[in-house]
Amino acid sequence: MTDVSYQDQPHEAEASLGDYFALMKPRVMSLVVFTALVGLLAAPVGVNPVIAFASILFVAIGAGASGALNMWWDADIDAVMRRTAKRPIPSGKVTPDEAKALGIALSGLSVMMLALSANLLAAALLAFTIFFYAVVYSMWLKRSTPQNIVIGGAAGAFPPVIGWVIATGSMSVEAWLMFALIFMWTPPHFWALALFMKSDYDDAGVPMLTVTHGRRATRVHILAYTVLLVVLAIGTAFTAIGGPVYLTTALVLNALFLKGAYDIWRRDEVQSEADGYTVEKAFFKLSLLYLFLHFGAILVEAVLPAAGGIWT
Amino acid sequence: MSLRAEHELHRRRKGRNVGVGRLLGGFVVLILALTVAKVTSGDFELPRIEEGQ
Repeated sequence: MTDVSYQDQPHEAEASLGDYFALMKPRVMSLVVFTALVGLLAAPVGVNPVIAFASILFVAIGAGASGALNMWWDADIDAVMRRTAKRPIPSGKVTPDEAKALGIALSGLSVMMLALSANLLAAALLAFTIFFYAVVYSMWLKRSTPQNIVIGGAAGAFPPVIGWVIATGSMSVEAWLMFALIFMWTPPHFWALALFMKSDYDDAGVPMLTVTHGRRATRVHILAYTVLLVVLAIGTAFTAIGGPVYLTTALVLNALFLKGAYDIWRRDEVQSEADGYTVEKAFFKLSLLYLFLHFGAILVEAVLPAAGGIWT
Repeated sequence: MSLRAEHELHRRRKGRNVGVGRLLGGFVVLILALTVAKVTSGDFELPRIEEGQ
């Protein structure tokens, strides 16, 4: 008898570092970093670059932590949906317990470090955002109400507010305007996705609007939310974070976005099936550009005065 | 002859360990930079003791 053993069948699916990184939803993280950075730079208070870098990094880690917790909780439905079946947990590379441990550890670390690098209010907001995404959205809303992404969208809308609070230590109307932009943008963005990722949400039993109220109602909702978003987005041009660059960007993008939403509303399933949801897919792609360019314009407006630009 | 066969798994584990090491190293550097930034930006200015007091 010997105590030496040789494992001839290694655990092939063992995770690499990249798999743990994938748990943190890097694409969502990049959006969080960008919007938080815009919030920070749009604030009327300068921040030491090292403190700004570290604080944004901790916000990103917090966002990643909430992504890991979401993947832990939603592993069962991720395995059913085509779009998410290759995520690290359903593909067997990372165990649910590892994802949970990583999520909890990074949540604590990010909140604690943000309190040290920036201030307590920013850290409290980050903690609330993680709680909102991991618990309120993932655990409570996602599987119980078709309003899941409407309310859950708030989690994705907090980063610019956190960025603003990192710089100023307090909140203001401008910060909440940026919050409102993302909050109102989220439903049409996800409902367009739900329209053309047809069977995914049905199969997983997630009560998306398309499943509970039908596809016609979803089209109506997309148009209604887009109209509200257009008013908000153009109105923002006349606040302290707006300006001529933002106004021009907003006018062009909102005209295109409204046209897209109107086209979606006008169509029915037969037409969409016939052309493979071209309009819905184009609207979804435009929505990504829409948010990026709006925040890009806010960033330009914030940076222009420092560069002696056209700000009045 | 090597006693152990080098499996792809070992490379993956090594990559993971090196990655974690680099992340920890980066974290240490970040804390150092943050400390220097905080101390020099006046957040932690020590109270001045007047001469003769």
